[in-house]
Amino acid sequence: MAAQLRVLRRRIRSVQSTKKITKAMELIATSRIARAQARVEASRPYAREITKVLSALASAAGTLDNPLLVERENPTRAAMLVVTSDRGLCGGYNANLLRAAEELHALLREEGKSVALYLIGRKAVNYYTFRQRPIEQSWTGFSDQPRYDDAANAGNTLVQAFVAGGDDADGGPGPDGVPGVDELHIVYTEFRSMLTQTPQARRIAPLEVEYVGDDADDAGTSSQQQSRSDGPAPLYEFEPDADELLAHLLPKYINTRIYGALLEAAASEHAARRQAMKSATDNATELIQDLTREANRARQGIITQEISEIVGGAEALSAVGSDN
Amino acid sequence: MAEMSVELVAVEREVWSGHARSVFAETTEGELAILPGHTPLLGELVEGGIVKITTTDGEDVTAAVFGGFLSATGDKVSVLAEAAELADEIDPQAARDALARADADKDSEQAESARARATARLRAVGQTV
Repeated sequence: MAAQLRVLRRRIRSVQSTKKITKAMELIATSRIARAQARVEASRPYAREITKVLSALASAAGTLDNPLLVERENPTRAAMLVVTSDRGLCGGYNANLLRAAEELHALLREEGKSVALYLIGRKAVNYYTFRQRPIEQSWTGFSDQPRYDDAANAGNTLVQAFVAGGDDADGGPGPDGVPGVDELHIVYTEFRSMLTQTPQARRIAPLEVEYVGDDADDAGTSSQQQSRSDGPAPLYEFEPDADELLAHLLPKYINTRIYGALLEAAASEHAARRQAMKSATDNATELIQDLTREANRARQGIITQEISEIVGGAEALSAVGSDN
Repeated sequence: MAEMSVELVAVEREVWSGHARSVFAETTEGELAILPGHTPLLGELVEGGIVKITTTDGEDVTAAVFGGFLSATGDKVSVLAEAAELADEIDPQAARDALARADADKDSEQAESARARATARLRAVGQTV
């Protein structure tokens, strides 16, 4: 009885200290969500402007034969950029994302393309290393607070691989001897709300420029509709000429898209972690309550037993005394 | 007086926005100044250049701009950059140190871009390099 009580008290203490940790992590994650959302907000003006500039360029450049825009005739190899977190303790965040990545992987294989893996975040690296799948390249250490340089690093590598894939033929590396890829995909988690984050798979190259007008609402409408709604686009002068400008701008646009995805993923990671830590804290509270009840019952049991032992002892003594 | 609205936008944040009389920038083709009513223009800025904005109050805002583009339509100018720093955010001493470091190892590509950055920072705070 007494031993059981001691065990219960020890468990309560241990759950209490776990609860302190999860509570602290919940608070930290909550404050970081706000910061991550502010960063998403702060990156919007640039994304909006560069999309505007690209739409103007695309309509002016006339021939859109930039390699980043042209669909390859016979795509054989696709690159997949998988964005996970560096740390766990965030519920189903990474599991959901990796499942989406595997689905895309299966889909690409079905279409007869081999897949080159580019990974961001330690969780993805662990996942694929454990399964002994070849990893093309990986970047880690910034998943909770990504900077533009991180996105640019990954973006430049991917664009290089994509451009190198332009001359590949029949599964071989082609004239330049560098095996490249014919498509770029990114799998990341989209931040819908504090409670909902959904994995998303998007193709980032060959690129479809999202045309936007002045109001953000009609993002994604086609260029024809756009030009009808706000008249002819201004006739721009270009320095240097439009094709060259487009060639310089497109990689930057891809980097911006990747950066946007990283920011969304970071916000999602914090939201998922907050959620996971909140339920862990709630569970700990409940567990402590149950254990406390049990401990109290055990303590009561001990007292009752002691009383009955004393009473029993006294009765036995008095019975012996009356015999004399 | 004629004026135009100017936005200086970096990827991670909006660096500056307001009304201005003129914008000076360096494109890969050469230097140019834009006044209100300029013909619509898209230009690529030099790697590590400076942009100088003269506001309607007559103040000069100078910024070091890396990997940037410029888009001008009649009454609006946007400068897009991978990174941009206003002159008063720049630490000249740190920039000078960075320049010395970049000069020390000349060969690598990284040193080349570090050099361009440091030079742009120093020029933005008005020092000659």
